[in-house]
Amino acid sequence: MSLLSIEHLTVAFRSETGQATAIEDVSLRLEPGEILGVVGESGSGKSVTALSIMGLLPEPAARVVSGRVVFEGQVLTGMGEHRLRRIRGPGIGMIFQEPMTSLNPIFSIGEQITETLAAHGERDRPKRRDRAVEMLERVGIASAARRLGDYPHQLSGGQRQRVMIAMALACRPRLLIADEPTTALDVTTQAGILDLVLDLREQLGMAVLVITHNMGVIAEVADRVAVMYAGRIVEQSPVELLFAEPAHPYTRALLGCVPTLDDDRVRLTAIPGALPDPRTRPAGCAFAPRCGLRVDACEAAIPPLRPLGPTHEAACIRTCAG
Amino acid sequence: MGRLLLLRLAGAVPVLLLVSVVSFGLMRLIPGDPSAAIAGLSATPRMVAQIREQLGLDQPLLTQALHWYGGLLQGDLGRSILLGQSVFWSTMQRLPVTMALSAYALAITLVVGIGAGVLAALRQNTWVDQAAMMVAMLGISVPNFFLGLLFIIWFAVGLGWLPTGGYIAFTDSPWGWFQTSTMPAVSLALLNIGLLARITRSTMLEVLRQDYVRTARAKGLPRHLVVGKHALANAMIPITTVVGIIVSLLVSGSVVTETLFSIPGIGQLLTSAVLGRDYPMVQGGLLLVTALLVLVNLGVDMLYAVLDPRIRYER
Repeated sequence: MSLLSIEHLTVAFRSETGQATAIEDVSLRLEPGEILGVVGESGSGKSVTALSIMGLLPEPAARVVSGRVVFEGQVLTGMGEHRLRRIRGPGIGMIFQEPMTSLNPIFSIGEQITETLAAHGERDRPKRRDRAVEMLERVGIASAARRLGDYPHQLSGGQRQRVMIAMALACRPRLLIADEPTTALDVTTQAGILDLVLDLREQLGMAVLVITHNMGVIAEVADRVAVMYAGRIVEQSPVELLFAEPAHPYTRALLGCVPTLDDDRVRLTAIPGALPDPRTRPAGCAFAPRCGLRVDACEAAIPPLRPLGPTHEAACIRTCAG
Repeated sequence: MGRLLLLRLAGAVPVLLLVSVVSFGLMRLIPGDPSAAIAGLSATPRMVAQIREQLGLDQPLLTQALHWYGGLLQGDLGRSILLGQSVFWSTMQRLPVTMALSAYALAITLVVGIGAGVLAALRQNTWVDQAAMMVAMLGISVPNFFLGLLFIIWFAVGLGWLPTGGYIAFTDSPWGWFQTSTMPAVSLALLNIGLLARITRSTMLEVLRQDYVRTARAKGLPRHLVVGKHALANAMIPITTVVGIIVSLLVSGSVVTETLFSIPGIGQLLTSAVLGRDYPMVQGGLLLVTALLVLVNLGVDMLYAVLDPRIRYER
């Protein structure tokens, strides 16, 4: 049994201008201890996917239309807030893009870590404190015991993200969801945080779902990748295979956007055009208007994901012969 | 922190000076003076002139002012002309009454105002929200003396639950105090409840959208901690500003309310002093009330530092 499986999930947002589908028919699987990267442009639906796992979608504007999320055999979609909160923390931990605003500015970091432990049944105050110190040490905060009383504004961006990780992992979750964990940080700090995530995966054995728009981050940490475009998964494969043999034209275009340090002669390419408006998506392949390989058949129907090998699948009628 | 306190106290000096000048000047601009009131209806103009002389009101304004400020510098606020008592002691006798009433009204305001605001924010755009905001609007728009009159008609005259007016000190009888203070406190509180509920609602809506509230949910905190701790503690910072203003409104509102319910507080004292042209009483009383409000606002400023570590750690 997979640790997490997302099955044909469709999430829609209601707004004054009508209903928009944020993600459509998304299916993902995550095995224990595995790191899955979900990559795509802003607006491709990757954050919505992450939030819908935890039941953190902004209600009542967003709602799950169909499909379900199963975590360790329990169906999370439609589960009551009361039961769901017991899974948030000990089952699934989550960190966010903005470490600056994701910590509460008026409580000390020690308080914010220990209250999580208290909420999940640790009654002993000294034990909570020890655990908070232990977690802060694990994420690389120096002289952690003396830092418990520090407030978020006294820490740097990288340190705050480390505190967020300490908090998310304090209850030893089996899954960590990291939504753009390094986007708001500078380059050297980014590398430190990614190394930390890899280390902690080794030590604690949790699975990680990394959401990012950065192919560099995927290359660094992920075992497997899912590429999202306009609310759908367009390609999925192990990370080496994806970089070696990208099948979907969108994946190829994305890889063209990664700067390499070895070769400064190659110009960076931008993907022409923009994501289609989620309210008026084309009837066929959503990438067709921006695609260099487009033929008439592309606009006839949405291409389904088709297997290209035992571990590789893509949704394109042009590049997936057969 | 100590430096901030000193700075704020120093800043209060010009405020007090301005209030003293305005109260001195305005009182003299009103026609009539206390001598006629003291002399009574049957007095001859000679007798009135004699009293004026005794009170020093025949002297040039500047001399009177210098005399008053001279006393102030020595810590002497003067004697009330009508009560024959020192201004300081008359004020201090009435102050506990007004403070008890204001504290009661403030307690009602805080509980109902913040409660209604939070509830409205959590149930945004439902009938609960709309009902709470409609009542808040009503509280803001209806003058409190009118509400006071309605209360007297309903609860005192009609239902006979509470006395129509008068005052029993808390130290004499807590139950008596509760009975005599409830209607005045509620009528004082209603305007402020409306204000506070609206501010609380909009602040909470803002705070509930913040990333750290999502973090609190993501780590599995129960709802009462997400709302009551993480969101409300942040919302308290802007709310405190409004509470500082509300305290001033309560004191100024007591002028009308105390008169309406015949409560012997500062409001009633100053109203009768103004009507009787009791110059020293009005001038000294206003100065003392202003000083008190300055202290309250100072307390509010200190509260920010308690509520917000970012201010506490500023150097």
